[in-house]
Parts: sequence; structure tokens; C-alpha cells
Amino acid sequence: MLADKDRIFTNLYGQHDWGLKGALKRGTWDGTADFIKKGDDWIVNQIKASGLRGRGGAGFPTGLKWSFMPKGSDGRPHYLVVNADESEPGTCKDREIMRHDPHVLIEGCLIASFAMRAHAAYIYVRGEFILERERLQTAIDQAYAAGLVGKNACGSGFDFDIYVHHGAGAYICGEETALIESLEGKKGMPRLKPPFPANVGLYGAPSTVNNVESIAVCPTILRRGASWFAGLGTPNNVGTKLFCISGHVNNPCTVEEEMGVTFRDLIETHCGGVRGGWDNLKCVIPGGSSVPMIPAEQCDDLVMDFDTLRGLGSGLGTAAVIVMDKSTDVIRAIQRLSYFYKHESCGQCTPCREGTGWMWRVMTRMVEGRAEKREIDMLFDVTKQIEGHTICALGDAAAWPIQGLIRHFRHEIEDRIDQYSANPDKHGSVLAAE
Amino acid sequence: MSARQMAKEQPESFEFNQKYAELAQARIAMYPEGKQASAIVPLLWFAQKQHNNWIPEAALRHIGDMLGMAYIRVLEVVTFYTMFNLSPVGKHFVQFCGTTPCWLNGADKIKQACKDVIGDENTITADGEFSWLEVECLGACVNAPMVQINDDYYEDLDEDNFKQLLTDLKSGKPTKIGTQIDRVNAAPCGGNTSLTEDSLFDGSMVGGYKAVLKQIEKAEADAAKAAALEAAKQAKEAEKAEKAKSEKPKKTTAKKTTSKKASSKKAKKEDK
Amino acid sequence: MPKLTIDGKEIEVADGLTILQACEQADVEIPRFCYHERLSIAGNCRMCLVEMERAPKPVASCAMPAGEGMVIKTNTPLVKKAREGVMEFMLINHPLDCPICDQGGECDLQDQSMAYGLDGTRYTEPKRAMAEQNFGPLIKTEMTRCISCTRCVRFTTEVAGVHELGQTGRGEDAEIVTYIGAVVSNEMSGNIIDLCPVGALTSRPYEFNARPWELRKTETIDVMDAVGSNIRVDVRGREVMRVLPINNDDVNEEWISDKTRFIWDGLKNRRLDTPYVRDSRGLLIAASWSDAFEAIAKQVKKSDAKKMAGLVGDLNGAEEIFAFKTLLNGLGVDNIDCRQDGSNIRPEWAGRAGYTFNSSINGIEDADALLIIGSNPRLEATVLNSRIVKAIKHNEMPVGLVGEAVDLAYEYQHIGNGAESLNELLKGKHSFAKILKSAKKPMIIVGQGAFIGDDAKAIFETIATLATKIGAIKKSWNGLNFLQTGASRVAALDLGCVPKDKKSNKSTILAKSKAGKLDLLFLLAADEMKLCDLDNSFVVYIGTHGDVGANSADVILPSAAYTEKYATYVNLEGRAQLGQKATFPPGDAKEDWAIFRALSAHLGAPLPFDSLEELRTLMYKTVPTLANIGGLDAADMGAFASLKVSGEISSTPLLSTITDYYHSNPIARASAIMDDCKAAKAAAIAEATGTNG
Repeated sequence: MLADKDRIFTNLYGQHDWGLKGALKRGTWDGTADFIKKGDDWIVNQIKASGLRGRGGAGFPTGLKWSFMPKGSDGRPHYLVVNADESEPGTCKDREIMRHDPHVLIEGCLIASFAMRAHAAYIYVRGEFILERERLQTAIDQAYAAGLVGKNACGSGFDFDIYVHHGAGAYICGEETALIESLEGKKGMPRLKPPFPANVGLYGAPSTVNNVESIAVCPTILRRGASWFAGLGTPNNVGTKLFCISGHVNNPCTVEEEMGVTFRDLIETHCGGVRGGWDNLKCVIPGGSSVPMIPAEQCDDLVMDFDTLRGLGSGLGTAAVIVMDKSTDVIRAIQRLSYFYKHESCGQCTPCREGTGWMWRVMTRMVEGRAEKREIDMLFDVTKQIEGHTICALGDAAAWPIQGLIRHFRHEIEDRIDQYSANPDKHGSVLAAE
Repeated sequence: MSARQMAKEQPESFEFNQKYAELAQARIAMYPEGKQASAIVPLLWFAQKQHNNWIPEAALRHIGDMLGMAYIRVLEVVTFYTMFNLSPVGKHFVQFCGTTPCWLNGADKIKQACKDVIGDENTITADGEFSWLEVECLGACVNAPMVQINDDYYEDLDEDNFKQLLTDLKSGKPTKIGTQIDRVNAAPCGGNTSLTEDSLFDGSMVGGYKAVLKQIEKAEADAAKAAALEAAKQAKEAEKAEKAKSEKPKKTTAKKTTSKKASSKKAKKEDK
Repeated sequence: MPKLTIDGKEIEVADGLTILQACEQADVEIPRFCYHERLSIAGNCRMCLVEMERAPKPVASCAMPAGEGMVIKTNTPLVKKAREGVMEFMLINHPLDCPICDQGGECDLQDQSMAYGLDGTRYTEPKRAMAEQNFGPLIKTEMTRCISCTRCVRFTTEVAGVHELGQTGRGEDAEIVTYIGAVVSNEMSGNIIDLCPVGALTSRPYEFNARPWELRKTETIDVMDAVGSNIRVDVRGREVMRVLPINNDDVNEEWISDKTRFIWDGLKNRRLDTPYVRDSRGLLIAASWSDAFEAIAKQVKKSDAKKMAGLVGDLNGAEEIFAFKTLLNGLGVDNIDCRQDGSNIRPEWAGRAGYTFNSSINGIEDADALLIIGSNPRLEATVLNSRIVKAIKHNEMPVGLVGEAVDLAYEYQHIGNGAESLNELLKGKHSFAKILKSAKKPMIIVGQGAFIGDDAKAIFETIATLATKIGAIKKSWNGLNFLQTGASRVAALDLGCVPKDKKSNKSTILAKSKAGKLDLLFLLAADEMKLCDLDNSFVVYIGTHGDVGANSADVILPSAAYTEKYATYVNLEGRAQLGQKATFPPGDAKEDWAIFRALSAHLGAPLPFDSLEELRTLMYKTVPTLANIGGLDAADMGAFASLKVSGEISSTPLLSTITDYYHSNPIARASAIMDDCKAAKAAAIAEATGTNG
């Protein structure tokens, strides 16, 4: 378990001053100029050495991503775009950073931008986070006033501007190219790749899109040293991570823990355990709504890191842990997610536009049991028809929860269908329709 | 939920008032020259704020003209993002989160309360005070269930405190934004399980980086020295052998450097 | 030049191609809906998925650049499964209404579902239905059939250059719409009917008229403007059912204007199907061919050759113009004019280069700055205008305009209304002069609107001087272009159809006619005048429609429209193209050249040809370039350098010669569809300007 001294987000709960004064006291903006003096390559190498993997869900090595930005300049500016469009069901970690520790993020933006030779950063905050973006803006104003950003940021000689942009209700804008489209004033429809944003991104210029948490941990990595960060967690899954534990635990909360913490330790230490006791656990969605669920049988020594969870056919995603106890109607739980994906599909490409609606409709019938057993296989087949065939990962994200459900709780769906067909009258006459 | 329709009754014209016109100009200035289209979402948001929380058709044209965008492009954007209301909503617009994390913690009861107190979804109460809409995850899942009323999040709701909240809003009583129970933001109920050490907050963290940086610099210097030594050695050997391949010494050097520098060990691994 | 392997075959392709294009070169067919060669890549239909070695999932071949060493497989079970999946998704919400869908028989979805569709459906949920849209009089919508490929949105934005269509909403509720209350009113809109891969957008005038397999298809040339768009005329029985574009990369790519496409009902209305002779009471009475010829012969005998004149219309082929001119010249008539738009341009000023589009239409894409003078290319040569849109999109070509400020579908710098602002450019005073000067391939497009006044020659010389100065005329680049609007104009000018007397032109001829100073006026389908202009002279009208010319004619000889004869049309570039006969002229109407041959015999001086072939041989001898069918002979630009400005330029505003776009010729004026278009456009303008109250 993580010791307090190794925590990066020390004002996670907003119990202390979120403003510049408080942030300075907690060690934010400490030595920023000294790191910049070490040069852009040095910073990228430190981040690479730290083993930091992107905190937005995909877990791509952050330092490596930064190194994709073109070295020389062809006249186009570079941009850092921070993805604060936190919308994955279950996930509420970036929100805490923005409203309670905004300076950590701002400092991270400066360092990351410098490392990628970007003189401007845009933070794209989801539209619903109104208080969060106002607070972030206030913190930025404080940083400008204190000379920490702007011309000659921190006295380093590097000019840096930082802007807060916002969306207006579209989950898809969390996809990096959709986010760029949205930031350019268009519908948030994902772009085809290649070209990748590092070559053609925001306004056609080289851009890197990073998650809030990925950026916000960077200053502390530099302050404590890459080896400190790399020394936490399990091999290839290092550092600390914000976990958001929601659902059927006694005390849902967001907490910073070491990567590779076990699921049981995580919820028993911080969340007061599963509602009704450990044995009352039915399943858990370990990384936000997009990843397949894991049944209780696999939870006893479940290690929460990228590689272990992928090995189980799931994923760490955003580390949004959704816990479900035995009272849960899992079919209904997943059906509601299917509705979410249907609602959030941008409608650009065929499999997702048509498939998400189809899946949701079949799932809705299955919640009632108003389906045929053979339709379970058909539904599974439909998820496979979407998966891997779409422009962006939303199609996959819509398919996986259902695959997880069918894989682990097929018997429940079948039971529901049996119950329904055994008591057709209870559900109103079906005959009339035929 | 069906596609969001434009209101039948529309005002003739729309123009930003002075406050929002200034905000709009400041907003446009945030983006590079010629990229003013970027401001469209914030500008539509301003229009909604100014116009009782919904966007009239005339505002689309006004904003299109301001940004030099074709009206159809504005229409595309405004219909794509679900926070834009295209027809009137209640004075207190309740957006209730119905996605799974909230649902697991009793969102259905909140939904029922909406129906009981306010009425059908997307219908404004006769007094104009309320309307409600089920929306997708609002990103406050550890404080589920929750609703957003106009700009504010109200979290950790149950049937009683939610109904009380609606009563208070209607009567104009001040409300507590955020969690509605005895809890600090996203911290666990009953007190912190982390972030309790005083040293995090008393300023003793400041300046600690210098020692770390020195250590790193020393390690780097050592590694460089070792690398140079090794290179020299290799060069000599190469000279002796006369016919050594040119790539070989480089390769060995790189390996040696890594082994000396503990911190970069992982990085190399990552690269692969 | 990347080398890649497609289905086991190694192939080397040009740089910058996509996998889909590489597959086409390897003769591997890739199904697609959203992809179109001439539009930006959307990659949204997902039908073109292929397997690529080392890629974790199938890739959309339309969007993936072909790379060195790629191994592509298109015939694996994985690819088949992926495409079948996509096809199933397309069909679940697509209505099964092929029997009542106008797209049936030429539908991409129908065709491809034969290869990738299941024979049954697994989808038992309610199907989605979408509201119809009002896209105006030309395009019928059935949005439930839409598969959201967005070709129509991309076309209007990228090719037509206007923002009329968009996709609103998202997810399964996404729909293609116009802006609230607006209709599609651009002049290229009909192309989205062809582009729509399903039956969501179909032709409203053609609604439920015919099935594609009932139609006889003839490839020919359009005459609605001087672009010479390649078209296909679809005929059932003797009736023209519709007109579609044919690809010609050098001319119209694969687009045609709405006028070209929807003119077909005009070919059936107000047709002249028998000769007429005006009797003593002043009434036009149907007559036999010989009676009509006799009436003409009588009048010819009475007439003085100096008091005879001829006007050539805008829709005629080179053969009949040649026959017409030869006949009139034989009668001693040298007052023949083809410049129906009132232009005073003369072929001897600078030879052929002085009246054609010298850079060629393709050349527009090479230009890096454009000055338009006295022209509205959007209305005068609609398809050519979309080339300008394309050049602007790809090279950010700056455009300047001298003349009336009109909506060209792109932004331009308005330099001035009158030709005197050319002097400012010449002196380098205007900011646009710098742009022209610094351009590597500057282009000038001059409309006939610049040559309406008495100062035509001075303007011509000024333009030539300016062109030379800015480098629009040099060894490797002919950037000085003259834009003609009549399909027959370039051929007529090639054949020398301008009055010998330099002071004579269309207006002096008509003025003479009005004053009763002409004994005999021949109108070869010339109708661009007022009725009263023709009252006081004996008029012989040879043409197809009961328009102005026929109404005041004393003898009418009914001829064949462009779909009813073999003829050569020379487009504004000077490119000769062969028109084919798709159907027969109505009633007793005859092909024009044959009429003149017969008339000449009646007048006692038979023309020296007995067949179209003999006519052509003779014509090619006179103007050899007409024999270069489909090709383009570079015009000699030499004459421009020696031109000196010899007169004053007035400040009269330069107006386009096309004032009534949808009614610009007799066929268009007979078309009810064009009437609807005109009304819709007027309503759209009223809506946009708020003048509708």
C-alpha cells in the first residue's frame, strides 16, 4: 500500500487551499525552472525512464508518445492538448485534480509543453464540469499573475500560454482525434489515422493529446526522480494511480494508490469493503464502463494493473472500479451501459451507428427475458461484428461489456428467458402481437 | 429519448448582450488567427446562458455570422452536443444521471422522485420552475447518485434529501452544492484513509527536489565517464584488431551505460 | 513508388495512393459506399475493410496509404466476415422497398448486397424511420434509406463550394439536412443524386418515370453552356427520359450542371414539328417543306444581298453552322453574326487564342492566382466554376474580380465594377496586382460581358497588355482565357461567323430589321432578342422551339435538337467533340444540315455535299482543327504581345451576359423543371435576404 509521503495528489479531497499559496506549500511549482533548464530531451528521457503509462485508459507509455513529436520545426507550431473530457462511466479522478489541485496540472502542462516544444496548451474540459473549469481558469490566472506561465514562464526563458476550452456533452470527444475536431469547432467525430496527431493534429499542426492525470504526475516524477516512480508498483505497471471506486462498497471514494494494489486491499482499506461483506461480491468492472467485467471468483487476489487485467480479458482502463454485489441485476447494469454507448455513438461509421442501437434493443429485451436463447449467441456475434471494425475505439467499448456479461453471466440471461417464457401472462399477452 | 427538436416558437432575433459579447470576443481571442471557429461551443454556451438556458435558432445565425461559419455547420455542432437545449427548459433544469454507477446506488429512486415532483421527462412544470432530463454519466460516480441542476452538481442523493433539495430550490432557499451528506467531496465517508500526514501540508516538501536532482546529475556524470572510458578502451581494442566492425563498439557502450544507470533500466525496457 | 503485395500479387504503385487505389490497379475489386475518387476521404462506411499483415484489425483500405512492403489480403474469411457484418448493419435499418425505389437496378447497396448480404435477417427490432427533407424541386429525399455515407455533404461543400447540406444529430439519429427552412439551390445539386449510393436522394422530375433497364443509352455532348460536358442521354421509345454525366477528366470530370441534367422536359415542350409559312392574313400556317422553300426562294429573289443577314444561335453544331454560312455566302450575304450575347469580340484581333479558354479547363488546377473579368463563371460555365472551387481548395488560389460583385461560391477580392479598374492593375496600384505579379501561373478569365460596349477593343487590348505584364502568357503557360457561353460560339467563330463590316453586330442587324431596312433575316435557332426586333423584316427561322424567333418568323423550318442529330460541338477550350443521335426529331423536323442542303437545291445553287461525311470533309478543309475530335490544339498566343491599347475604356460596370440562368436558351425556356428551379432559387434568395416579409 502507498505511504502518504509517496502520494502525488495531496489535496485530492480539497481539504486544503487549492490556490497558488496552498499549492506552493505542498511543493507544487518547486524547481520547475531548474527542470526546464535541463532541456527538452532530458525531460522526455526522465518520463521514459519513469515508466509512466498514459492514465486515460489505453496505457500507452507517455514518454514514448512525447518523443513522437517532430524534432525540427517546419514552421508549424506544436500543441499540447490535455484531455479533461472525463466521461467514461465510473471515472471521476481528473475532476478532483482540476478542482482541488489545479496547479499540479498547470505545472505539468508547462513541463510537458516545454518537452514537446509546444508554446501553447489547450485543456479540453467536459462541458458539464463548470465549477471545475472555472476553478482551473482561476488557478491559471494566478499562475499568469505569478509569472509561472506566460512570457518567460517561471523565469526559464520559455514562453508558454495555456487555455481552458470546454465541450458540451459528448463522450466521444474523449477520443483524441474527436477532441481535436471538437476543439477546432466541428462535431466531435474521430479522424482516420494515419495521419496521427503528432504529425497532423490540432489546426493541422503536430499535437499530443494527454490525459489530465498523465500530465499532472510529471512534475512530481521529476522532483522525486524517475527511479522513485519506477520503484512503485509492479514491473511494467509502475507508479501511483488514482482509483475511483463506485457502486456497492460501503464507502465509495477516489483514492491514490500504488499500481498493482490488489482489488481486495483497495476496497477494504479505503472503501470499507464490499456492501454486505466480501462474500457478497458478484462482479467488478475494474476500469471504467468500457472494459469487460470480472466475476467474484477471479477477485480474490486480483492485482489492479494494466497487464494482469488484460490477461484476464479485461483492462485497467481509467481505474474506475465499479463494484456490484449479489443483489445486482447484471443484465440491467450492462443494458444501461449499452444505452450509454448508443447515446454517445457519434454516428460516423456504420458498425457503431447501427450496431450500438441493435445491441441496446436486444439487451433491453434480455433484461425482461423477452428473447430467445439463440439470440444470446447472435448478440455475441453482433458485438464481434462491431469490434475492430470501427474508426475509433467506441465500437470496441460498446461491445466489450456485453461480451463480458455473456462470458460470465450467460446462465443469468438464460434463467431470465426461462422465467419470462414460463410466465408469459405476467408480462402481458405476446400472442396479440403475432 | 428522441432527437432533440428545435422549439416551434422562436424569437425573431438574438444578439449577445454586452456581458456575453465581451466574453465572446475574449473567447475568440484565445485561438490562433483564422481559427475562430474553435470558439463555437463556448459561444453557443454563452447564448444558452443568456437566453434562459436554451438556444434559439436566431442565435445560430448570430454566432455563425460572428465566426464566419456557414449556418449549416453551426446547426451540425449545436445538434451534436447534448448539453445544448434547443427548446425551453425549467428555471431549475434537473439533469439526472442514470448511467450504471449511479443506477447501482439508487438512481431509480431519484428518477421516480423527478416523476413524482416534476412530472414527465422533458416537460416544464406549470409554474416554469422545473423540468428534468435523464442524462449520461456526469463524472461524479463515487458520489452517486447525483444530479446536475443548472450549473451545479448535487451528490450523494437519496429520495428524501433530493425532494428536500427541490423544495428548497423552489422556495429560493440557499442550497448546499456538492455532497448532500456528511462527507468531504470524494473522500470516503467516515474520514480519510489517506492523506493524513502533516508533513504533506506544512511546507516541508519544498526544496526536496534539489537533492534528487543532484543524485541524478551525479549518476549521469558517472555514466558518461564510464561510457567515455569504455569507448576509449573499445577504440584501442579496435585499433589492435584493425578489422573490427564499426558498429560493435557503439553497441557495447550503450549496454554498459544502461547497466550503470539504474534509473534508465526501465526506460530501455519500455522502449522495447 | 511503394511495392506491396495484394492477394499474393506484387505490385508497384505511385506514391500517395491508398490501398484501395492500389487494389484497383491490381484488378482487385473493393466494395465501397462512402469513398469517391473526387471527394475527400470519409472512411465511414467501413465496407472497404481489408486484411493487412501485422495490423491487429482489418483496415479501411480507402483511407490507408499504400506503403512499402505491405501485405494486403482481400479474399480471406476474415475480410468476408467483416464486410458481411458491415453490410448487415447497413441493411438492418434500410427499408426493403427496392420494388418502389427509383434507385432500383442501379443501386450500389442492392448490387453489393448480392455479394455480401445475408439471405435473411437477424434483426427483429423496429426499423428506424426518418422524416423527409425538402431539398427543392430537383431532389427527392427518402431519408429512411440513407446510409450516412455523407457523399452529398462532401460534394456540396467541396465541389459545388457551398455549405448547403450537413449531417446533424449523432449516433443513429444522425440525419442529412439543409439549414432550417432552406432548400438545395446550388447549380450543381443534381450530382448528389448520382453520388448517393442508395435511393435516399433521387431525381424528383424523374420520379417513378422509368427503370434503368428500359432505357437506351447514348453518349453525347451537352449544349446548355460552352463547357461541352459529356453526357449520357437515356431514351425510352423516342422520348428522352433523363440526362446523366459521363466522365471526362479534361472537361466536366463527372459532374454536370442542373441545367444540363434537368433540361429534358424542354425537349418535349413547344417543339416545332412541321414547316410553317405566314399567310396573307399574318397567320402562321403549317406547310409542306417544298411550300416553305418556295416562300423563301420568292423572298430571296426579291432581296438585295446587302440587305440580307443571318444570326447563328447558341445551341448549334459546327456542321449546320458551316452549311448555313456556306449557303448564305453563296447568296452573297456576308452579314452573319454568331455573337448572340452582344459581344463585340472579333476573331481577327488575336486569332483563335483571342476567343478560347487557352489554359484548358484542367489548367485551372495549375493556376496560383486568378483574375476574373466581366464574368460570372458560376452561371456562365457552372462545371468550370467547380474547377475553380477545386483549385482554391487545393492551392488556396487567390481570386480577384473586375465586374459586378456576384456570389461565386468562393471568396474573392472585388477590384472594381468597371473595366477602368484594369488600369489600376496595369499600373500596379491595386493590392491584387502584386498577387498576380508574384504568381507563377497567373490566370485571367474574361467573360463576354467585358466586350459588350464600344470600348470592347480597348478592353481587349488592355487585358492582353495586363496578361503579358503579369506573365499570364509565356512559353510554358497560357493563362489568358476567354469564356464563351454559347455551345456553338467557338465553332461559329472558327468558321468566321462575324459580319464582314466591322461596325456590324447583332444589335445593328436587329436595329436594321426593326427599322425595316432588311429584306431578309435568317435565324439559325437564334432567339435572344425581342419580338418587336423582328416585326419589320422577312424572317426565316430554322430551329427547334416555338420561341421568340419562331413567333415572328415568316417561314419556319423545324430542325433537330442536340439529342436528335449527329453534330460536332466545339467547347470553350476549342475542343471539338462529337454529339450522337439519341432519338429522332419530332414530326417532320429534319436535321439542320439536310435542311440547308435541300433549300440550296431549291434556290438553284446546291451546296457541294450530299452527306454529312462530305460536309465534314469540306468543313475540315476550311477549319482543320475541327477534325481533332476530343483533342485540343494549343492556340497561338503570339498575337497578344503586339497589341497596344488604342482607345479609352469607359467606366460602365461589366455585367455577366447570363442574366436569367434557368431560362438562357429556347430549350430551357420550354422546360417546366427550369421554371421550378428559377422559382426555388428566387425563394431561396428571398429567404436569405429576408425580403420574403
